[in-house]
Amino acid sequence: MKILALDSSGLVASAAIVAEDVTIAEYTVNHKKTHSQTLLPMLDEIRRMTELDLSTIDAIAIACGPGSFTGLRIGAATAKGLGFALNIPIIPVPTVASLAYNLYGSEKIICPLMDARRNQVYTGLYTFKDGELVTIEPQCAVDIAQILDKINAVGKEAVFLGDGVCVYKERLEELTQVPFDIAPACCNRQRAACVASLGEILYRKGIFESAAQHAPEYLRLSQAERERNQKSGGGCL
Amino acid sequence: MDKREDVLILAIESSCDETAAAVVRNGREVLSNIISSQIALHTVYGGVVPEIASRRHIEKINQVIEEALEKAGKTLEDITAIAVTYGPGLVGALLVGVSAAKAICFATGKPLIGVHHIEGHISANFIENKDLEPPFVCLVVSGGHTHLVVVKDYGTYGILGCTRDDAAGEAFDKVARAIGLGYPGGPKIDKLSKEGNPDAISFPRAKIDGASYDFSFSGLKSAVLNYLNSCEMKGISVNNADVAASFQKAVIDVLVEHALHAVKEYGFQKFAIAGGVASNSSLRAAFETECAKRKIDFYYPSPVLCTDNAAMIGAAGYYEYQKGTRSGYDLNAVPNLKLGER
Repeated sequence: MKILALDSSGLVASAAIVAEDVTIAEYTVNHKKTHSQTLLPMLDEIRRMTELDLSTIDAIAIACGPGSFTGLRIGAATAKGLGFALNIPIIPVPTVASLAYNLYGSEKIICPLMDARRNQVYTGLYTFKDGELVTIEPQCAVDIAQILDKINAVGKEAVFLGDGVCVYKERLEELTQVPFDIAPACCNRQRAACVASLGEILYRKGIFESAAQHAPEYLRLSQAERERNQKSGGGCL
Repeated sequence: MDKREDVLILAIESSCDETAAAVVRNGREVLSNIISSQIALHTVYGGVVPEIASRRHIEKINQVIEEALEKAGKTLEDITAIAVTYGPGLVGALLVGVSAAKAICFATGKPLIGVHHIEGHISANFIENKDLEPPFVCLVVSGGHTHLVVVKDYGTYGILGCTRDDAAGEAFDKVARAIGLGYPGGPKIDKLSKEGNPDAISFPRAKIDGASYDFSFSGLKSAVLNYLNSCEMKGISVNNADVAASFQKAVIDVLVEHALHAVKEYGFQKFAIAGGVASNSSLRAAFETECAKRKIDFYYPSPVLCTDNAAMIGAAGYYEYQKGTRSGYDLNAVPNLKLGER
């Protein structure tokens, strides 16, 4: 199976082609330019460099959220356009889980941290057991103290990664009561090859949708909706 | 069967609160024009909420494109090129259409044409007026724009004037809110005005020194609010229909005066209006009368082509395609894009 994967959920823009356990190409950029200007030119470069015939692609895997609202939509709209034109399905891959997939095989508690602004992180807790990603705590938007409490409660060694690590380093060092590592540069950010690998597993479990159906999972309402809910006393986020 | 030389444009528009796609043949013939409106979603907020608009665009974009092709009886293979609005507008909203259009072009190898939203509104006039050709003067009036433009040739524009503050449609929305009509204000004021006296209240007609084609509507809006406040203070009951009619007349007077002055100065026999406010019945009637008096041919699109739609982007995209305009895969949304710039 050949998968085209995209991740534009955070500061990183990443595109990859993965086929039969081989990453044919991966292009990852962590720079200021907007994803709108980088994502498709990167994919075009991959196509030229690897003489890729787009009609051989079976599915599009996309980091479907959480993440930057605009970044998620650039990725989603790109995936939806590709899926429509190539008539292939979209595999929605949870962003935090695919971040965790960077640390394949680790039996520590894997805790991806994405800066979600408003004093929150997009995070979750994962580990690997018998070569499979196990979700301990599903992805969510919370204050960092809440997720660190959960790690302390599990009481196992932990490893952190993601762009939230440097933002919250002080609180992380202060509040974490278990031994922990911070993942190095080679595997501490979003990578489309991880989205593809995890995507293939999800696909085989029947988790995919049509290009028309696909929409990001924001994990948060818009500010206007939050304020409106607060006024009317309803809602939670 | 399409003739070999037929140019079919698939057009996509998502600059504000309508998700739209259309198929247009040779710039003037609309084969389909699909609009998914979000008005109901935003009404409770009294105006367009950008994040909510963007979220709805992403949910609707493929459905609207597929429906446009289906209604036109075409497949993606039949399409010559894809045109998409890349500015001006809400950046998050624009990005949905731009990203989808780029991906479709990338996957199919079709040419991509970034289109200016206002260029689309102006080009809406070509669809129903087969005889209309440049040069002419066009007044673009909508919720976000008030531009007086000389259309020198297809795709070549000169901006004579624009608003210094509120767009005309924005003023309609704000006044509608003040007299309790709600959003969207334009059609509601238009309707209520028919029951009111346009000369009942004297509201100001703003002129800008040294820039006779520029507009200003914030002073007028304030005058209406002041009038409402002072009536309340004095305990005088307000006739909302008179307020609506008098306000609308003040807007129309300025638009007509500026626009027809430009037509005269440039010596053209043709004048067109475009944009959401161009479907205002009193505005149309005023231009109809004044143009007839001066023996000027007056053009306007039907209401469905005045509102944000993709058929107009297909019309503009066709003329850009013929000029050789092509956009790259790095095409970005440009929220403040100026007309005539690339």
